[in-house]
Amino acid sequence: MVAFKLAYRNLIGAGTRTWLNVSVLSFAFVLIIFHNGMLDGWNRQSRKDTQQWEVANGQYWHPHYDKLDVYSIKDAHKPLDAQIIGKVKDGSLVPMLIQQATIYPQGRMQSVLLKGIPHDQQLLKLPTQELKAVTEGLPAVIGKRMATAAKLGIGDKVLIRWRDKNGTFDATELTIASVFNADVPSIDNGQIYIDFEAMQTMMGLRGDATLLVTGEEEPATMDGWDFKDIKFLLAELDQLIESKKGGGIVLQAVLLLIALLAIFDTQVLSIFRRQKEIGTFIALGLTRWQVVGVFTIEGAAHSILAIVLGAAYGIPFFIWLNAIGLSFGDVDVGITMAATIYPYYSVRLILSTIGLVVIASAIVSYLPARKIARMNPTEALKGKIQ
Amino acid sequence: MVKRIIVDDKIFQDMDNQIIQLEHLTKRFPVGNGFFTALTDITLSFGKGEFAGLVGPSGSGKTTLLNIIGSLDVPSEGKATVLGRSIAELSQKQAANMRNHHIGFIFQTYNLLPVYTVYENVEFALLLQNISAEERRKAVMQALEWVGLTDKEKSKPSMLSGGECQRVAIARSMVKRPKIVLADEPTANLDSKNSHHILQTMQKLNEELGVTFIFSTHDEKVMQYLKRQISLADGKVVADEQVELVSSQ
Repeated sequence: MVAFKLAYRNLIGAGTRTWLNVSVLSFAFVLIIFHNGMLDGWNRQSRKDTQQWEVANGQYWHPHYDKLDVYSIKDAHKPLDAQIIGKVKDGSLVPMLIQQATIYPQGRMQSVLLKGIPHDQQLLKLPTQELKAVTEGLPAVIGKRMATAAKLGIGDKVLIRWRDKNGTFDATELTIASVFNADVPSIDNGQIYIDFEAMQTMMGLRGDATLLVTGEEEPATMDGWDFKDIKFLLAELDQLIESKKGGGIVLQAVLLLIALLAIFDTQVLSIFRRQKEIGTFIALGLTRWQVVGVFTIEGAAHSILAIVLGAAYGIPFFIWLNAIGLSFGDVDVGITMAATIYPYYSVRLILSTIGLVVIASAIVSYLPARKIARMNPTEALKGKIQ
Repeated sequence: MVKRIIVDDKIFQDMDNQIIQLEHLTKRFPVGNGFFTALTDITLSFGKGEFAGLVGPSGSGKTTLLNIIGSLDVPSEGKATVLGRSIAELSQKQAANMRNHHIGFIFQTYNLLPVYTVYENVEFALLLQNISAEERRKAVMQALEWVGLTDKEKSKPSMLSGGECQRVAIARSMVKRPKIVLADEPTANLDSKNSHHILQTMQKLNEELGVTFIFSTHDEKVMQYLKRQISLADGKVVADEQVELVSSQ
């Protein structure tokens, strides 16, 4: 308690020097929370978007299906049994049939993934109900990226060619019924959605599906289908966010290092200038290690003041930012990212940042303070440089 | 006015009353490749309630001797026993504990903590002793009363005169009721009036509380108050005199 009181008094007494150190450290503190809060916010929104648009609570894949291997797609389909059909009817499962096809927009040729999905599904945010709103041609729904790449818009028609289960080529004309705007590029680029039953007919694969999207909170295992949980399906996104965090750590570390260097310098100067005080402490009955403790606490107390100062301007800033979000405009960066990101500040993030700042400050305060343990108190009392 | 009369030139020999015993004490400091001998074969003892002074010119070893008695330093040779404990055998913690409970220090430059008020400076030593707030308050106010500074309890050292600062230092050294007070050139930075004032204060505390005061000084004003004068020259005791102070009308 004595050490804390003394530290507080000395820090306040040091005036501008203290406040400069505290300001830099508080800036580092707020920036670390801001940066990680933005990434966590991005991660949360992306996960939510990906679940809403693509994976729901998990997917059952045909054992041969590998979304990264186009050669696996052709034969990765199997009939749905009665149990699955029941779940499809009650809306807890959404089947998808996936095959390759080619479209010819404006005479050009473009390979696409053709995905059949029930038009009446409500599990995913895909506007599949639009597949019944158009009666002319084969109605299709595409994303804005696909629409841009193929120069297609609502009402446009485009020729599509595919091979059915026997390998026979067939073709028809698609009518773009809707163009959706999703923040999830993995459901958009090079993909066309048509009605599930229409696709089964086109392919000659009556009753077959490639994968099943589930909305069940605790999905059960199903024979003949490989269950892929959220962790697996969002692993790519998690890895991306982690790599972004890793990159951010460099910036945060540099900023924190500058702040800690200022504290280190202050400690060195303080121990150099206050030798008489150190000698007096020892004469009054403190051991040398207790004096080391006093100076370490004093240095580490910079972090407490920095946290208080950071909270003073950081909390209103974070509340404001959380209300308006940080807009990145309509930029497509090829990864799931909302146009406006709302940062997320978890208790864990705040506590770990506080812990980091306090521990790092204590360490840089302790390092120069160790010198006190080797000081000769009689020389210190005279204020002699040691 | 006081008149000094030398009454005895023998070392104080009341063995039952001795609280400090120095036997053949030698202290050397490393200098370059060799050593500087600050004290040579010092044998002295101090009894309870003494008001004694180590006098001599600069470099005679006064402060070194005080530092050893105060357990801030250890002898190179010989033995220093303070309050029954050999200084050389004390651990850092034991030495700190002894200083905290039984030894008060008064320095030439006061050495007050600048960020603390007068009250807090005096209270500091008690904070290390885990004494209740109520008892601390009582002890601090009494110590400030002894030195006549109760009205300055909320002042910072920077707001006080040199004499007042030294009185705070006296209060700080006395607040824990130590057995020994070591005063290193306590009047060196004070004018004559303040010097007499603080010396009278210390004399009064010595008489009333029976605390042993040992000064290091070459100030004539201090010497007038000493009941025992130990003269040092080149690290050796050259005289040890008991004096009686007689008021002259």
